[in-house]
Amino acid sequence: MEITDKKIALAKMPDGHEGAGFFATKLDDAVGLARKNSIWPLPFATSCCGIEFMATMGAHYDLARYGSERLSFSPRQADLLMVMGTIAKKMAPIVRQVYEQMAEPKWVLSMGACASSGGIFDTYSVLQGIDRIIPVDVYVPGCPPRPEQVIDGVLKIQELVQNESSRRRYSDDYKSLMESYGFESGK
Amino acid sequence: MENELNKKVLEELVKVFSDDIKNAEESFGMLSVTVNKNKIFAIVKFLKENSETNFNFLTDLTGIHYPENKEDLGVIYHLHNFFKNHRIRLKIFFTTQDSYVDSLVDLYSAANWMERETFDFFGIHFKGHPNLTRILNMEDMLIHPLRKEFPLEDQSRKDKNDAMFGR
Amino acid sequence: MSQLEKNNTDIIIPSQEKEYSILNLGPTHPATHGIFQNVLKMDGEIIIDAEPTIGYIHRAFEKLAERRPYNQITPITDRLNYCSSPINNIGWHLTVEKLIGAKIPKRVDYMRVILMELSRIADHIVCNAVIGVDTGALTGFVYLFQQREHIYEVFEEMCGARLTTNIGRIGGFEREWSNKVWEKIEKFVNNFPSALQEFENLLARNRIFMDRTINCGPISAERALNYGFTGPNLRAAGVDYDVRVMTPYSSYEDFEFTIPVGTQGDTYDRFMVRLEEMKQSISIIKQAIQKMPVDGGFHADIPDFYLPPKEDVYNNMEALIYHFKIVMGESTIPKGEVYFCVEGGNGELGFYLVSDGGRTPYRLHFRRPCFIYYQAYPEMIKGSFLSDAILTMSSMNVIAGELDA
Repeated sequence: MEITDKKIALAKMPDGHEGAGFFATKLDDAVGLARKNSIWPLPFATSCCGIEFMATMGAHYDLARYGSERLSFSPRQADLLMVMGTIAKKMAPIVRQVYEQMAEPKWVLSMGACASSGGIFDTYSVLQGIDRIIPVDVYVPGCPPRPEQVIDGVLKIQELVQNESSRRRYSDDYKSLMESYGFESGK
Repeated sequence: MENELNKKVLEELVKVFSDDIKNAEESFGMLSVTVNKNKIFAIVKFLKENSETNFNFLTDLTGIHYPENKEDLGVIYHLHNFFKNHRIRLKIFFTTQDSYVDSLVDLYSAANWMERETFDFFGIHFKGHPNLTRILNMEDMLIHPLRKEFPLEDQSRKDKNDAMFGR
Repeated sequence: MSQLEKNNTDIIIPSQEKEYSILNLGPTHPATHGIFQNVLKMDGEIIIDAEPTIGYIHRAFEKLAERRPYNQITPITDRLNYCSSPINNIGWHLTVEKLIGAKIPKRVDYMRVILMELSRIADHIVCNAVIGVDTGALTGFVYLFQQREHIYEVFEEMCGARLTTNIGRIGGFEREWSNKVWEKIEKFVNNFPSALQEFENLLARNRIFMDRTINCGPISAERALNYGFTGPNLRAAGVDYDVRVMTPYSSYEDFEFTIPVGTQGDTYDRFMVRLEEMKQSISIIKQAIQKMPVDGGFHADIPDFYLPPKEDVYNNMEALIYHFKIVMGESTIPKGEVYFCVEGGNGELGFYLVSDGGRTPYRLHFRRPCFIYYQAYPEMIKGSFLSDAILTMSSMNVIAGELDA
């Protein structure tokens, strides 16, 4: 049968040195490969983008096939904070608190125009972009973004996760980034 | 006054509260009565309990601000009679210094949050309200944003280039 | 106390000497669909009192509307009840049309009816699927959301967007619906009833679901009326108030449909009322397709508000002037105030518009049904368990965008 002839790659193997019964590669590559295919998102859904996220998790677009099968609503167990929808100034301290409670390594995806920059709501009560309070890794524009765009955003996060060095969270750059947002630098 | 039901309701109101009715008109088919602010509770109670008028549903309660008028703040009530399918609008106007209005919570529980929202947006105080605090904005906000003198945008931003946006 | 009597508040009388614990059902909670906070005072597992806090997504729509010309307010109305945005858009257009006194052709009315009923189905799909999820039944969610994708395809074919549609214009629609739209609507109308039947077989007479939802968060008809309930929540309590029948708009009087009414106002009644309303909506769409008038075009004849076609703008002086006036917001809007309401997914969505003749409204107030009936939530959950409180909240279909505006 033809099916057994095709090589189906579940995940792309990193560069390394292969021998009889062993495979040697860089630790960063192996860890990156494992992390990228098992990201647990925290859906912080506030408004319309939340409904598009529900559609993305549904059977038609299925975010779960990228490894995000288990949504974690507890920040302690989540890797990726997906902020979806308008963040009002009343909600901003809560976003910050949720971000602080997440354990390293953590990434942030800002979905929609409202989370990225305030969107169409240039008013007194809306925070003009969550990057005023927490550092953001990927911005997905749209109002609301199509599920394909969200999946594209998650794939970009996966690229970031795969290529991240395991020393990054202890580096001076990262510490100064955290300090610029007012977070105490971690151990 | 074209509509029969509007005429009837206005007659009933005039019978009991003739001095408190300042103005009555029919705009787009709906009777709009401007009444004396101090009698609003009695008028709404009358409209609710009188068997001829029977307005058993409070549809909406909101505020309005006309800074050019002498009586610049106002509260607008929309009532609905389910039995005869009749709607009516009541309006009261008063000055900013005298912005104390009787609350309708005892008549309609729906008025609870609607009055809190009106307080939040316009600064109108409702006497007798169980919990008159801000509901939609942050608790420590000092201004009442929907008044005309306050701007829409957040004034503390430094990154907007007004010249590009025609401001 | 047996499981069947769990919500009989006569038995549960907390003693005064006990200490109550405070539980924060905070703004970010997986089961609260939307962000609102409830601080619950609990006696063990029973809820004594609740204090809701809202406003976590207050976007100042009413102030924003005072800055924008009339046709630019449609995208804001989208984001009120975003699960069924075409209803909000059409409600706003109807309000402005009442103010300017426009006469809408019957064909446009029927097209609007089809659109509104499709969005009502989309809204009820979200609510019913989510009630299922909150009781632990995740299968129904996955099955029904597939149907929602088909509705999205119809919207996309009409206007380009899936969720926040900004559909239609003051006076009708921006373009004639292509053949693909009609094909997709037909396909949906033919396939949806069987999918809905599948969902109904999973949950409606399911012993576990019924035990879970009957007597969960009930409210009587008198209290519901006093609290200003409208829509499926009021109909579940027993009052058959539907704006489409009481004050018909957009030719709803030409259609025959029944209004499903519940008895107790509990979660099971709300679920069943919405389920039945979806079936009624399909019947209305079928009637509209059948009775659709052939001529009438796709917009009313109001050159002051409806953009002329581009060929005319480039060749005809009058059309050019109209185009300029409309885009710059210089059309003459009559002064006055108007209140108009439509039957949204959650109840009577009202628009109170005060115009002073300028290019933007002087005051625009949205009568949002969610905001008004959520006040009754503490009363509905008094004396019930925490899991029942979660179920009550999801069955009331509180959409955060409409709550806070």
